[in-house]
Amino acid sequence: MDLQIALLLGQDGITNGAIYALLALALVLVFAVTRVIFIPQGEFVAYGALTLASLQAGKLPGTLWLLLGLGAAVALVEIALALRTRQMRRIPSILLLNCGIPLLLGGILFAIPPATLPLAVQVVLALMLVVPLGPMVYRLAFQPIAEASVLVLLIVSIAVHVTLIGLGLLFFGAEGSRTPAFTDMSFEIGDALLQGQTVLVVVASAVLIVALYFFFERTIYGKALRATAMNRTGARLMGISATMAGKLSFTLATLIGAFSGVLISPITTIYYDSGFLIGLKGFVGAIVGGLASYPVAAAGAVLVGLLEAYSSFWASAYKEVIVFTMIIPVLLWRSLTTRHVEEEE
Amino acid sequence: MTAMNAMNASNESSAERERGTRPVVLDVRDLSVSYGKVEALHHIDLKIRRGEIVTVIGPNGAGKTTLLAALMGLLPAQGEIVYLGERQGAERQVEQLVRQGMTLVPEKRELFGEMSVEDNLLLGAFDRYRGGHRDELETMDQVFEIFPRLAERREQLAGTLSGGERQMLAMGRALMAKPKLLMLDEPSLGLAPLIIKEIFRIVAELKKTGVAILLVEQNARAALQVADYGYVLETGEVSLEGPSAELASDPRVIESYLGLGGKGGAAAR
Repeated sequence: MDLQIALLLGQDGITNGAIYALLALALVLVFAVTRVIFIPQGEFVAYGALTLASLQAGKLPGTLWLLLGLGAAVALVEIALALRTRQMRRIPSILLLNCGIPLLLGGILFAIPPATLPLAVQVVLALMLVVPLGPMVYRLAFQPIAEASVLVLLIVSIAVHVTLIGLGLLFFGAEGSRTPAFTDMSFEIGDALLQGQTVLVVVASAVLIVALYFFFERTIYGKALRATAMNRTGARLMGISATMAGKLSFTLATLIGAFSGVLISPITTIYYDSGFLIGLKGFVGAIVGGLASYPVAAAGAVLVGLLEAYSSFWASAYKEVIVFTMIIPVLLWRSLTTRHVEEEE
Repeated sequence: MTAMNAMNASNESSAERERGTRPVVLDVRDLSVSYGKVEALHHIDLKIRRGEIVTVIGPNGAGKTTLLAALMGLLPAQGEIVYLGERQGAERQVEQLVRQGMTLVPEKRELFGEMSVEDNLLLGAFDRYRGGHRDELETMDQVFEIFPRLAERREQLAGTLSGGERQMLAMGRALMAKPKLLMLDEPSLGLAPLIIKEIFRIVAELKKTGVAILLVEQNARAALQVADYGYVLETGEVSLEGPSAELASDPRVIESYLGLGGKGGAAAR
């Protein structure tokens, strides 16, 4: 391997690593706030990529039907609850939020052929179609069992993951898609070629990470989420409901997931079930950070990206094995250096 | 000590008359809580009026914290709870009660340890902020006036504060919600005598703002000095109640709670 190849692989690694870092941050966030290990994260990556691909191909994205269906299901659950607790005045807003807005999005898609729109608008539309799925999934699957143990939440998380893969096959079909590169610019630095795509992914990830930092450090809602992660009882006593915090963290995680999907879609072909493996690599990064530390999780994820890139050169058949084997020394190191804490029941 | 008692006694009749006319903030009738196997509350009746400090004293394990948890909607309870003239439904939620101006300063303080004093206070106003109020900075200035120590520590992480400062922060955070009913669970717990004195001075001061205060304390002497009315809770039942000056001179209270064995009583003076 000469320097040029090393640099090329390094670029690849950092590009993927930046995306894994985003996913790792989302996993840490969701776990800290809701104690859910967010396995379905990867599905939202795939949904984001596939939705953008269908928009660009001029097709109506299957996400729309999924959104209408899930929205209707949430509306039914909420209306049943409102009837039971005699809060009729909540019904119009429930319908508007869960059925009205998805219908409006559908109307927009029918009215304007999305393939003709500029890329940025397509990306925003794709995010608007995918992101509401997160809080809906939280409402249906996790809110009713918010007080359950981590293990029960994990089992439900796996069930949601399997369900979303099935729905992905149903709504997007078995074919994979790949979107055209956002840019074909490239820069020459000495001997090495720096691809514009790499720069774009890294910059976009960095911008999102900085935006998240500001959200958590500077806004009262961000602080409320951190407070819930730190002290659930204390947060409830301030009127920060676990439901609100849960929905908000799922919304953010889905946004991060779908955005990662948008970023990765020109790099690899994405199928309905490709998200799982991508999400798992973010998970390895999150594990390095002990599912608690944001910076360590992000660094771990970049390391995963680099490891993957270099091992695909030396031992491409074993690249996944090498990446996931990394978890064993990390777990050993963590179990030796951190005090074991029993889960509070 | 005697001077203070005499003063309380002379004010007592007028305080009693006033008590009858002020609007009732919280009216609890026949409240029972079954919670675990050890602690339970049986048929509690309790009333708090506006601008009044009501204390619940009693030994460890009598159910004082359980009472507050039930009132705050953290535990399910049977019986009738009328808050601000409205009968509360069976599905009381903490978040909903916070919105209606009820706050609890828990025994464990429950601060956000890895956040600054300022952020802890800010989150105290979270529900008001969510409801569209944007006066959190003014409220914070008022809180800093009440607790100048917190102003000095505003950048410091809550987890690094001393015990007394933590209690002040917990109370300040509760005040950020501009409560109508402030419930304090053992504010003197684990604090040095001088700090206890300071905390109780502030509690007495807060009364002037018109907030109703429910003060749960093991430190009966200090509690009865600031309170207008008191209840003695023993093994989950109210064994005695009355204006605090009367309770303070009741031989049963003196023997069990104010005698020489009274915990921290002298220290609070």
